[in-house]
Amino acid sequence: MDNLNFSLARLFPEAVFLALVLVQMTGSMLKNSSSSLANFLIRLCPVGALLAAVLAACSLSAAPQDMFYQGYRIDGLSQFFKVLVSLGYLVAWFNTRPQTTVEEELKPDYYLFLTLSAFGLLVLSSAAELVAIYLAMELSSYALYVLIPARTRSKQAAEAGLKYILFGAAATALALYGLAMIIATQGGTVISELSQKTWLVPDNILAVAGLTLFLSGMFFKLALFPFHFWCPDVYQGAGNETAAYVATLPKLGAVIVLIRIGTMLAPGQPVTTTLAVLAAVSITYGNLAALAQKDLKRMLGFSSVAHAGYILVGLVSGTAEGLAAAAFYAMAYVLMNLLCFWVIARISTDGRNLTYQDLNGLSARSPYLALSLLAAAFSLVGLPPTVGFIGKLWLITSAWGHGYDWLVIVVCVNTAIAIFYYLSLVRHAYSEETIYHGAVQSLALDKSLMSQAGAVILALLVILLGIIPSPVYGLLLSVVKVLTS
Amino acid sequence: MITDLLSCYPLLTVLTFWPLLAALILSPVKNERTIRLVTMAAALIELVLAIPLLGFESRAGFQFEELIAWAPEWKLNYHLGVDGLSILMIWLSILTLPMCVLCSWTYIGRRVKEFHICLLLMTMACVGVFSALDTVLFYVFWEALLIPMYLMIAIWGSDDRRYASIKFFLYTLAGSTLLLVAIVALRITGGTFSIPELMTTEFSYGFQYWIFLAFFIAFAIKVPMFPFHTWLPAAHVQAPSAGSVILAAVLLKMGTYGFLRFSIPMAPVASTDFAPMMIAISVASILYGGAVALGQQDIKKLIAYSSVAHMGFVTLGIFLFSLDGVNGAIFQMLNHGIITGALFMMVGAVYERSHSREIVKNMGLGKYLPAFMFFWGLFGLASFGFPGTNGFVGEFMVILAAFRANTTLGLLVIPGALLSAAYILKVTLKMAWGQPASPASGGSWRDLKKKEWAYLALPAVLVVWLGLAPGGVLGLIEPSVEDTLKTFHQRNGRVDLVQVTSPAGRPEGLIIEENILPEPTVTTTEPAAAEPAETEMEK
Repeated sequence: MDNLNFSLARLFPEAVFLALVLVQMTGSMLKNSSSSLANFLIRLCPVGALLAAVLAACSLSAAPQDMFYQGYRIDGLSQFFKVLVSLGYLVAWFNTRPQTTVEEELKPDYYLFLTLSAFGLLVLSSAAELVAIYLAMELSSYALYVLIPARTRSKQAAEAGLKYILFGAAATALALYGLAMIIATQGGTVISELSQKTWLVPDNILAVAGLTLFLSGMFFKLALFPFHFWCPDVYQGAGNETAAYVATLPKLGAVIVLIRIGTMLAPGQPVTTTLAVLAAVSITYGNLAALAQKDLKRMLGFSSVAHAGYILVGLVSGTAEGLAAAAFYAMAYVLMNLLCFWVIARISTDGRNLTYQDLNGLSARSPYLALSLLAAAFSLVGLPPTVGFIGKLWLITSAWGHGYDWLVIVVCVNTAIAIFYYLSLVRHAYSEETIYHGAVQSLALDKSLMSQAGAVILALLVILLGIIPSPVYGLLLSVVKVLTS
Repeated sequence: MITDLLSCYPLLTVLTFWPLLAALILSPVKNERTIRLVTMAAALIELVLAIPLLGFESRAGFQFEELIAWAPEWKLNYHLGVDGLSILMIWLSILTLPMCVLCSWTYIGRRVKEFHICLLLMTMACVGVFSALDTVLFYVFWEALLIPMYLMIAIWGSDDRRYASIKFFLYTLAGSTLLLVAIVALRITGGTFSIPELMTTEFSYGFQYWIFLAFFIAFAIKVPMFPFHTWLPAAHVQAPSAGSVILAAVLLKMGTYGFLRFSIPMAPVASTDFAPMMIAISVASILYGGAVALGQQDIKKLIAYSSVAHMGFVTLGIFLFSLDGVNGAIFQMLNHGIITGALFMMVGAVYERSHSREIVKNMGLGKYLPAFMFFWGLFGLASFGFPGTNGFVGEFMVILAAFRANTTLGLLVIPGALLSAAYILKVTLKMAWGQPASPASGGSWRDLKKKEWAYLALPAVLVVWLGLAPGGVLGLIEPSVEDTLKTFHQRNGRVDLVQVTSPAGRPEGLIIEENILPEPTVTTTEPAAAEPAETEMEK
C-alpha cells in the first residue's frame, strides 16, 4: 500500500468541511427547524469555513504530495483554491443570512446542500485524475440541483432548477463519453501521465475528441459558449443568495480542473485553438447579450459567460504565466461577483429580482453600498486600479506572442462593449431620480453594520488586490511552475 | 544638508498621493463650508509640497526619479520621473486644483463632499499620468481619471448630462482599449514595461506601424482631433465649471503628451510616414474647430470648439518634428490649459449670474461688470494669440515651424488664426457692448467677488508673464525636446536634421526674436495674422 500515501494532517480542510456537512445533516433531521439548536448548528458553518481556510493557508507552501494512487494531489495550487472556496463559502454564508425566499423549515437543508457543494469543490481542487475529477464535480453539482429550486413558490426557480439538471445531465453524459474515449486511447486517467502523451489530430484523433468532450463538462460548469444556456435563466430563477453562490464558487472548481488539464495543452494544438475560438466567441456573445438585459441577475449571467471566456485566454498560452493568470483571474472573478451579488441581496430585502431602475438613488440611500457597487462594476469592466484590471492585464500579456494576438485584441475591444452595461449600474446607483417605474415601491435597504461592512471589506479587497497583486500572483506562479515542470 | 534631505524626499509620489490622502481626510467631514476649506487647504499644501519641483534642472533626461518593484513576476515597476515634456503639465495639474475649488465655491450646491473628493482624485490621476514612467502605471492613472470625470459630468452636469457622460466614457474608453493592446505588445516585443527603456528600443517597421495606429486612436480621441472630437462639446457643455476646467486644462493634454511620450520615440519611422496624415488632420481640426466655433450661440460650446482648434495647433507642432514646432506645441499645451481653463471658469461665473450660457442672454455686460469684462478680454486676446500674451508665443512658434516646413502649409494655417480672432472677438463684442436681452438683466448683477478675483488673477498673471518672458519656461523644456528629436531623426536616418534642430549656444529668452531674423517669410505673415484682429477691435 505504498502508493496510498495517506496522511490525515494534509486533509484537514476537507475533514473540517466533511464534519460540517455531517453537522448540517444532523440539523436537517431535527424536528423543529427553527429551534435554537438548529440555529446554532447553522452558525457553525462560518466558523468551520474560517478554520478550513486557515488550515489550507497554512499548508500553501508545503511540498506537493500525491495520495490515493496519484488520484489526489495536495499542492500549492489545490491549497490556494481551497482557501478561496472556504472564504467564498464564508462570504456566501453571510450573504444568505437574511434569506427571504427559503421557507423556515427548509433552512437547515439549504445549508446542508450549500456545505455539501463546497465540500465537493474542495475535493475537486485536489483531484488529479479524471475519474476523481468527475466524481467531485458531480458531488458539488448534485447539491446545486437541490439549491436552485429552493426559492419558494417561484415557477421561475422551478424552471431554472429543471433547466440546470437537464443541461447538467447532458453535459455530464458528454464528459463521461469523453472520459471513456480517453481511457480507450491513452490507457490512463492520471493527468500527470496523460500530459506526457501526444494530443495531435492525425495521430490520435479519438483522444483529442475525448478530451474535447470531457472539457465540455467543465465548460458547462464555467458557462462557456455554447454551454451557457442555463446560466442567465438559472441566475434569474434562483434566489439572489443562491445565485451568488452558483455564480461564483462552482466556476472555481471548473477553473482548477482546466488549469490541471491545461498543463497538457500547448499553443497550436487543435484543442488549444478550439479553446481560443470558444473564448473569443464567449466573450463577444456574453457582452453583446448582456447589453440587452434589464434584469440585473440576467445581466450578470451573460457577463459571466464573457468572463468564462476571459479565463480561457490564460489557458491557451499553455505557459506557467498564463495558467497562473487564469487562476488569478478566477479569484478576481469570484471576488467581483460576490461583491455585486452582496449589494444586490442587500437592496432586494424581499428577495425579488432587481432591474436597473431599482438601483436609482442608491448613493443617496447608502453611499457605502453604492461605492462598493461602483468598485465591483469598474472591476468587472477591467478598469484600473482594481483586481479586474490587473487580472486582465496578465491574461492578455500571457496570451500575446503565442499565436493568439487576435484574441488579445478581441478581449480589449470587448472592454469597450462591456463598459456600457456595467456603467449603467453606476449610472443608476448615482442618479438622482428615485421615482420608480410603474407602481413598484422602493425597498427598504438592508443598512445594518454587517451589510455595509461586508460590502466595504469586499470592495477594499477588489481595490487592494489590484494595487498590490504581487503576493498572490507570485504565489500562484510558483505553484503553477511546479505543476508544469 | 538640505540637498540630502531633498534627495530622499519622494517628491512625485507625495504630489501624486497627497490628494488621495486629502480625499480620505475629507470623507468624514460633514459641514459643507469645512469641506471646501479643507479641500482648498489641501490644494495649497499640494502647492507647498511641489516647491522642490522648482529645482527642476534644464537638461535632458528624467529627474526626481523613483523606482520600486511593483510586480516583479512581470517586471512591472512603480517608476516615476519628470522631464521637459512633462514638467509643465505637472505644474498645470497642480495649479488647476485650487482654481477649481474656488470656482465651485458657490457653483456646486449639492453633494459637495463627493464633488471635492472627485476633484482631488482627478488631480491625483493627472499628476500620476504625467509622472508615470512605466506603461502600466501610466495606463492605470490614464484610466483612473475617467471614473471621477464621468461622475462629475453625470452627477453635477446640466440637463443633458446622461448623454454627455456616457458619450465621454465610451469614446475615451474605446480609444484606450487599443492602448492596452499596444502596451502588452510592447512588453512582449520590447521586453519591458519601462517607458525610458522602450524609448531607446528600436522596433521593426511593421511593428511600429501597428503600434502607431493603436496609439493614434487612443491619443487622437483624447486630444481630440477631428473627426474624433464629437464627445468634447457635449462633455464640456454639460460638465460643471470645474469639470470643464480640468477637462480643458489637463485631460486633453494627456493625448498630446501621449504622442510626445509614446508615438514619436517608440514608433519614429512610422511617425514620419504618418506625419502627412497627422498634419492634415491637425489643419482640419484647426479650420473646422474655428469655423464651427464661429457659428455657436452657446458660449461654452464656442470655447469647447475653440479647444479643438487650439489642440490642432499642438498636434500640428508635434508632427512637424522641428525644435520650434515641438517647443511651441508644448508651450501651447500649457497656454491652452491656462487660457481655456480661465475662460471656462468665467463662463461658470457668468452662468451663476444669468443662469444661461447663451450669448444673447449675457449681452451688454461691459457696463455692469467691468472687471469681469476686463478679464474676459484679456483671456480672449490670449486665446487668439494677441502679441504680448502667452497665446501668441505658442501659436507663433507653431506657425513659424509650419512655414519653415512648407509655405503652403503655413498659409493653410493662417485662416485658422484669423478664425480664432473672429469668434473670440464676436462673442466679446456682444458680451461687452451688446443690447441686453431685458433691461433688468445685468443691472442687478454683482461684479467680480473676491473669490472670483482670486481664481482669475493667477491665470491673468501667467498669461502676461508667459507672454512677455517665455524664455524661462521654454528653457526648461528645450533640452528634453532637443534630445527627443535628436533620437527621432537619428532613428529615421536623417543625420542632417539632427544638426539643424540643435543650434548650439542659443541664449535663453531670446528664442523667438532670433528665429524671426533669419526667416523673411515669417515677418511678412505674422502682422497679417495679427492685423485684422486689431482692426476688428477698433470697430
